[in-house]
Amino acid sequence: MTAFYYLVLTLGVLVVAFPLYVTFVASTLTLDQILAVPMPLIPGDQLINNYSQVLSAGSTRGASAPVGRMMINSGIMALVIAFGKIAISIISAFAIVFFRFPLRNFFFWMIFITLMLPGEVRIIPTFKVVADLGMLDSYAGLTLPLIASATATFLFRQFFFTIPDELAEAARMDGAGPMRFFWDVVLPLSKTSIAALFVIQFIYGWNQYLWPLLITTQESMYTTVIGIKRMITAGDAATEWNLVMATAILAMVPPALVVILMQRWFVKGLVETEK
Amino acid sequence: MEKRVVFKSAWLPYLLVAPQIAITIIFFFWPAFQAVYQSLLSQDAFGLHTEFVWFENFRALFADDHYLLSFQTTAIFSLLVASLGLSISLLLAVAADRIVRGAFVFKTLLIWPYAVAPAIAGALWAFLFAPSIGILGYVLKQWGVPWNYMLNGDHAMILVVVASVWKQISYNFLFFLAGLQSIPRSLMEAAAIDGASPFRRFWTIVFPLLSPTTFFLLVVNIVYAFFDTFGVIDATTQGGPAASTQILVYKVYYDGVKAADLGGSSAQSVILMIIVIALSVIQFRFIEKKVQY
Repeated sequence: MTAFYYLVLTLGVLVVAFPLYVTFVASTLTLDQILAVPMPLIPGDQLINNYSQVLSAGSTRGASAPVGRMMINSGIMALVIAFGKIAISIISAFAIVFFRFPLRNFFFWMIFITLMLPGEVRIIPTFKVVADLGMLDSYAGLTLPLIASATATFLFRQFFFTIPDELAEAARMDGAGPMRFFWDVVLPLSKTSIAALFVIQFIYGWNQYLWPLLITTQESMYTTVIGIKRMITAGDAATEWNLVMATAILAMVPPALVVILMQRWFVKGLVETEK
Repeated sequence: MEKRVVFKSAWLPYLLVAPQIAITIIFFFWPAFQAVYQSLLSQDAFGLHTEFVWFENFRALFADDHYLLSFQTTAIFSLLVASLGLSISLLLAVAADRIVRGAFVFKTLLIWPYAVAPAIAGALWAFLFAPSIGILGYVLKQWGVPWNYMLNGDHAMILVVVASVWKQISYNFLFFLAGLQSIPRSLMEAAAIDGASPFRRFWTIVFPLLSPTTFFLLVVNIVYAFFDTFGVIDATTQGGPAASTQILVYKVYYDGVKAADLGGSSAQSVILMIIVIALSVIQFRFIEKKVQY
C-alpha cells in the first residue's frame, strides 16, 4: 500500500506543479517561441530580458504600467489590510471580552453578521460609497472597505477567553489599567494568533481582484493581479504571453513565500479561523 | 462564556470598538441597505428618472430565461467544483496521512496553490488550454478533440472547473489532513487486528469520523464556487461563450457594471445575499450540533 500512497502523492504534486512549470518556462522564452506550437518545455534564455522588461516597463501591447510599481501597490494593499484588520479586530475583541458595557452584545452581533455578506454581493453599492467619499484610485479606497473582518475578531475573542482570569486579577491588584494590561499581557500572549492571521490576511489582500479592478482607473494604481488581466488582450496571438507569464510568476512569488516560510502559523491560522 | 474579571470604564470600550464598528457601518451595512433599496427601484437608461417599483425587478428576474439559466450554470459549476475538489483532496490527504518519509515535503508541494489568486489560476489554465497556442490544447487536438473553449460551452465549463478545483485543492487537503490526524490510531489498529482490509477500514471507520470535516468543506467549497471564482471566470471565459459559464455572481457584475442595469443587478445581489445567509445558517447550526456531543 505504501508504494500506492507515494504514487498518488507524486501524481498529485506533478498535476499541481505542472501549470507553474509551464508558466515559468513560458516566462523565459521569446513570444515567437511560444507562438510556434507546441512551445518548448525546456526553459529558454530570455529570463532576464522578460523580467526586466515587465518590472520596469510592462507589456508593449496591453497595459504598459511597470509591474515593479504594481508589486509595490499590491504590497501596500496586502500589508495595510493585514495589519489594519489585526489592529482593529484585536482592540474590538479586547473591549468585548474584558469590559461590560451597554450595547456590548449589540456590537458583537453587528460584527458577527458581516460574516454573511461576501464583498462580491454588495460590490456596486460599496463602489458608490467609495466614489462619494472621493476615494477612487487611492490606497484608502483599496484597503479601508476590506479591513473590517469578523473572522479576525472571532479568533481573538476565542483566544482571549483562554487567558486565565488570574492574570487580569493580578494586573488589577498591581494597579494596572486596562490599556496597560493590554500592552503588557494580552498583546505578547497573542503573538501566535497574530502571526497566523497575518499569513491569511496578507494572502487575502494580495490576491484581491474584483475590488481593485473596479476602483482603479489609473495604471499607476493597478495591483499585480489586475495588471495581468489588463495585459491579456483579445486573441491568443496578440497577447505577449511571455511577459504575461513573467508577471504571473512575480504575482505568485510573494504570497507563496509567505505560505511556505510561515507554514506552521498558516496551517494553524487556517484551521482555527474557519472552525 | 463570560469573564469573571472585567475592567470598568465609561468610555474606553466604546473607543476600542469604534474603528471596527465605523468601517462595518460605512462599508457593510450602508451598501447592503443600498442594494436592498436599489432592488426595489427602476431607473431609465440615462439614470435621470427613478421610480419605486416594489418587487417588479424580482418578478422580471424570475421570468427571465437568462437568469434561470445562470442559476442552472451555477448549480452545475459548484457541484462539479465541490465534488471533484473534495474527492481529489481526500485521496491526497489519506495518502499523506499514511506515509512517514517525505511527508513534510509533499505537504509543502501541495499547499502552495493556496497562495495563488483565482484570477491568476484562471490565466495559467487559460494559457495551457488556449485553442491555438496552449500546450494542452495542442495535445487534445493531436488526440482528435476539436478543442476550443472560446466557442464550445462545454469546453469553457471544463476549463473554469479545472482552474477552480486546482486552486482549491490545497485548502481542502489541509483540512482533511487535520481531520485524519485527529482520528485515534487505536481504532484503526483494532480494526486491522480484526482483519479488516484497508478499504474496509476507510469506509467503516475513517469516512464516518471525517464527516464533520467533509460537511464543513462542502459548504466552504460551495461558497467558494459561488463567489471566489469570479476571478477565474473573468480571467478566462468572461462568462462566455453564449453565457455558458456565466455564474450568478458574474451576472451581478456584468448586469450592474457593464450593462448598467442597477435595479436588476441589485435584485440579483439581494437573492445572492439570501443564499449566503442560508448557507451560513446551515453551517452554524451544524457547528453548534457538533460542539454539543
